[in-house]
Amino acid sequence: MEKTAVDRTAGQDAVEEELPPVSDRLVVIRPASRIPKLDFHELWQYRELALTFVWRDLKVRYKQTAIGVGWALLQPFVTMVVLTLIFGKFAKFPSQNLPYPIFLYSAQLPWTYFQSSFQSSSFSVSLNSALVTKIYFPRVLLPLAAIIVPAVDFLLASTILGGMMVYFHIAIGWEALLAPLFILLAAVTALGAGLLFSVANVRYRDVPYVIPFLVQIWFYCSGVIYPIGALKPHWQWILSLNPMTGVITGFRWALVGTPPPHAGQFALSVAMAGLLFLVGLTVFRGFEPRFADTI
Amino acid sequence: MAVVATRTVIEVENLAKRYRLGQLQAGYDTLRDSIAHGVNRMRGLEHLPPAETIWALRDVSFGVEQGEVMGVIGPNGAGKSTLLKILTRITSPTQGTATIRGRVGSLLEVGTGFHGELTGRENIYLNGSILGMTRREITRKLPEIVEFSGVSKFIDTPVKRYSSGMYVRLAFSVAAHLEPEILLVDEVLAVGDAEFQRRCLGRMEELSRHGRTVLFVSHNMQVLARLCDRAILLREGRVVMDGPSEEVVAHYLQTEIGQGSQRSWPDLESAPGNKRVRLREVRIVNEQGRVVDSVDIRQPVGVEITFTVLRADVAMFPKIKVVDREGNNAFNTVDTSSRWNEPQPPGDYTVTAWIPGNLLNEGLYTIEPGISSLGLLGSSKLVHQARAPEAVAFHVYDPAEGDTSKGRFAGQFRGAVRPLLEWTSDSR
Repeated sequence: MEKTAVDRTAGQDAVEEELPPVSDRLVVIRPASRIPKLDFHELWQYRELALTFVWRDLKVRYKQTAIGVGWALLQPFVTMVVLTLIFGKFAKFPSQNLPYPIFLYSAQLPWTYFQSSFQSSSFSVSLNSALVTKIYFPRVLLPLAAIIVPAVDFLLASTILGGMMVYFHIAIGWEALLAPLFILLAAVTALGAGLLFSVANVRYRDVPYVIPFLVQIWFYCSGVIYPIGALKPHWQWILSLNPMTGVITGFRWALVGTPPPHAGQFALSVAMAGLLFLVGLTVFRGFEPRFADTI
Repeated sequence: MAVVATRTVIEVENLAKRYRLGQLQAGYDTLRDSIAHGVNRMRGLEHLPPAETIWALRDVSFGVEQGEVMGVIGPNGAGKSTLLKILTRITSPTQGTATIRGRVGSLLEVGTGFHGELTGRENIYLNGSILGMTRREITRKLPEIVEFSGVSKFIDTPVKRYSSGMYVRLAFSVAAHLEPEILLVDEVLAVGDAEFQRRCLGRMEELSRHGRTVLFVSHNMQVLARLCDRAILLREGRVVMDGPSEEVVAHYLQTEIGQGSQRSWPDLESAPGNKRVRLREVRIVNEQGRVVDSVDIRQPVGVEITFTVLRADVAMFPKIKVVDREGNNAFNTVDTSSRWNEPQPPGDYTVTAWIPGNLLNEGLYTIEPGISSLGLLGSSKLVHQARAPEAVAFHVYDPAEGDTSKGRFAGQFRGAVRPLLEWTSDSR
């Protein structure tokens, strides 16, 4: 230490330069712990980076598509029309005394949010491999940012629901205030599944082919195109193992006034969402130290 | 923890990293295979192959004081990059700890996260916050960053329209304004553009002059010895030497090559040769006549041979054979001076063969000095009167300033030689 200080002053005569003070930033690097935990303090420190990821994805998303915001409205609208024609008009699915379009769209809205969140968080780590192999940050930020971005599309697409409710003369009740809670449940589910599949995506080459298939099955098991209540009770319980069943029944009840979800079944959905999240997080945190070695 | 008194900013204790062999190319690449093998194992048809592991690092311990510029050298696969990856927290160690005080920057990250669709300005924010700057900090430094990058006219243009030069300048400008307290540099990974590499080295020197701590991994021994106060030598994951950089570099070159750039045979009787002539000394020298281990690719390098003629009955001439790192014969050359057309009287002679600059490739060369004579009339072979295979070796490096035969390319060219040619073009 002394040596360098002397050398420096000898080199540049009379310029007495003090060493800059050591900052208080202290990092201790140790082997990854066996018990995965989420370091909330660290996540908070990295909140700006998380927001930057969200901001980047939004910018890119709305820059790449020529019609930008219009796309976020057109896509759900066309999907709604097509599904209404198939399941409402031709197949004549029950719709709990509602016009089929609004019955469908009130479920399609949270479903689409879930689907894009799940898909983009599943690919978040592998798509950002350039970052993961070069720089440190809590990797959880990637799937986390990926479930926030589709919320903007969700808000845009919600305006269509508003328009439809006016068109079909559907009154809104106090229950609408609970709608965000169901979206939160969808977000937790998407994050849980996304954490799990982002690990699988890093580890296995063929997972990208599995995900669309899984999403399709999941769609049919979530009561988007049909009411869960129309099924036999034991089927209702089985489908309630799927957290999205709870999300959709609840969201629909909150906004367009279909019968409320069965309390027990809904509790089961919530519990499953929590379980999925914990499993996803554990697997993710367990695998996290090896991301850079595997990608 | 008594921290402030010692001012040790990097403290590595018994650090070890084990890789499972095949982990890099994952055991089962696909989920389908993984499931199929899993089922077979459950049915007892198959057993999990024993996991083979290698230790990329073992029991590595060292400390770096604030303001120190430390080099890390070692052959490929010695664990240099693994060490850097652990210190930048990209991968975690298997055992041991590393304590780091201060903001860490690594030039590995230059341009990391740049997105082609975003404008220069947007990428400054993106890249800056990925590198660990706060938004406020970036906003404060933005004019400076833009100014330094020299692309201010295009700052609101998507970077996909940038030339590669502009791209690198912008990326570098962000990284240069990070002001890390500890800089970790891996020269190998920073390869890509000679201009860029030069900037990295410049930035490194600048930071080290301002009392910042630098950890530098390089294959360029000359630069490393010049920039670093101290170096550690890694071999097979262990620290085998830790000391002043010149000494460590010299030791590395010597052990790696098996010999240095100077060799002498003081005892005439056992020196290579025969009753006519014996080699006495061979040295690799630069233009100033100083013995050197490594030379700038653009500079001539001399092979100075001293030999003793014992009996003057045959016309003999000095010769050298130059062998590249892979053991290929790069070329042979003899001293064509007319004095060697006649037998020379007994005595000591010193000759120097000058290998011009911009001829050899980068890397290690060994020299076989010799004294030869022509065979009998009609013989197609030279007669070796004296020779010393692999007597000396030296290292050729390219400082990557863009004026050698690889231009702005900063990677490695293959080949025993790498001459700088004159290129002409027809003007149309």
